Amino acid sequence: MLTKIPEFNFLKATSVDEALRLIATHSNYKLLAGGTDLLMDLRIGRYKPEVVIDISKVMELKYIKDLGDKIAIGSLTTLQEVLESPVVRGKAPVLVEAVSNMASWQIRNMATLGGNLCNASPAADTAPPLMVLNASLKLRSLSKGERVVNVNEFFLGPRQTVLEKGEMLTEVEIPYVKDAGQSYLKLGRRNAFTLSIVSVASLVKVEDGRFKEVRVALNSVAPTPVRARSVEQALIGKEVSYEAVVKASNEVIHDISPISDVRASAEYRRKVSIVLVRDSILKSLSGLGINVR
Amino acid sequence: MKVSFKLNGKNVVIDVNPNEVLLDTLRLKLGVKSVKRGCERGECGVCTVLMNGKPVYSCMVLTPQADGAEIETVEYLQGKEEVKALIDSFVKHGAIQCGYCTPGFIVTAYALIKAKQNGLTKEDVIKGLEGNLCRCTGYKKILEAVINALNQLET
Ligand SMILES: Cc1cc2nc3c(=O)[nH]c(=O)nc-3n(C[C@H](O)[C@H](O)[C@H](O)COP(=O)(O)OP(=O)(O)OC[C@H]3O[C@@H](n4cnc5c(N)ncnc54)[C@H](O)[C@@H]3O)c2cc1C
Ligand code: FES
Ligand code: FES
Repeated sequence: MLTKIPEFNFLKATSVDEALRLIATHSNYKLLAGGTDLLMDLRIGRYKPEVVIDISKVMELKYIKDLGDKIAIGSLTTLQEVLESPVVRGKAPVLVEAVSNMASWQIRNMATLGGNLCNASPAADTAPPLMVLNASLKLRSLSKGERVVNVNEFFLGPRQTVLEKGEMLTEVEIPYVKDAGQSYLKLGRRNAFTLSIVSVASLVKVEDGRFKEVRVALNSVAPTPVRARSVEQALIGKEVSYEAVVKASNEVIHDISPISDVRASAEYRRKVSIVLVRDSILKSLSGLGINVR
Repeated sequence: MKVSFKLNGKNVVIDVNPNEVLLDTLRLKLGVKSVKRGCERGECGVCTVLMNGKPVYSCMVLTPQADGAEIETVEYLQGKEEVKALIDSFVKHGAIQCGYCTPGFIVTAYALIKAKQNGLTKEDVIKGLEGNLCRCTGYKKILEAVINALNQLET
């Protein structure tokens, strides 16, 4: 009772259709998935919804499907379910690596993948891996039906996304990138149970000793999670070498615009971004059996 | 609004405000005092309960979200063989100082044993207990106590 949550009306949806109908008829609402972000936001007064619509029992959005060349994850799948999934581990290991260092077991049992994305924190840990995997997000509303948005175009600013009123995220679809090295590195203020100061996801493919595909994304260094396009462009087509990776990593400062906050200063974030981008690419390479040093 | 769930093996029907968290319902309305109040922001673990067999923070669950769920706390779990072993081991290893964090640790450790009955490594235990903080013991004794209870249960 120390930090009481303000009053609201509580409604529960048990199907996607019911949820869509409810969000179409209310204007000042908030969806409640795991609640691990929303409850704190209600406590601190960031949002003051009249209606909270509980979608945590919408069972049809809890699934992980192996579709061969892609995997489909329902938005209400919990982070712990993602972490324990052999399918995700096999086809999108960078996502598992990211989730394994998110929050704690107790939080991961409630927190959903969809909630992490829709909350759109600049520090969201599932964003960088999904961005390098080029995941597609299925959004649905009663008025517009379904539309598909690439995760790289989903975030607009801190806690802002392309989601419109009356629209919800239903599925995350991840293309399976064969023969790619993937890695996630998270730097926090301590080793476990912590928000990131900077995190980097990378995915690389190598052919005939040259970088064929390079994708790098970071969180906590800009208003939204970002792709490091300058680093990617500096490497694609280049011969794989330690020097090339080091040189390209420096380019990351053109892709980021960090701020100082309670976790770290902007200057520190710029410096460690370079180091983490380098280390992440090297780790992805070593995942392919290529060790340059 | 009316919410019903199974608490420690018994059906409970209770009138709550929608903005009430499970921690408050348990402690203030249902007299379940093993569930402690700490940070109230999902960071310390003293309020850990089992919801449908999984450890969650009761300070981060709205009571209406628990509708239809099964909630278990130490009051009930202490009758289980695994929990008896854990409690004995905590006492034997001096894994308790003020004791405020202990019920939370016991609940999480029990869930860990249940989730991965065979082949729990020390790393699994460290990882599993990440979300429970202790301000007194420095964790070493808690870790020893859990691992020792595990070994005892396996033999
Ligand atoms: C102690 C603690 C530690 C944490 N550590 C981390 C961490 O290490 N890394 C990290 O990234 N995050 C962390 N978080 C944040 C949080 O746990 C995650 O962002 C989580 O994935 C949110 O999911 P949820 O289901 O709980 O979301 P909710 O709180 O239920 O929802 C979050 C927001 O998204 C909206 N929403 C949810 N689902 C949908 C949907 N399907 N469609 C449209 N809108 C939707 C909600 O309306 C709400 O605004 C932490 C939180 C706590 C309390
Ligand atoms: S009181 Fe719930 S985690 Fe601290
Ligand atoms: S024994 Fe005091 S907090 Fe753990």
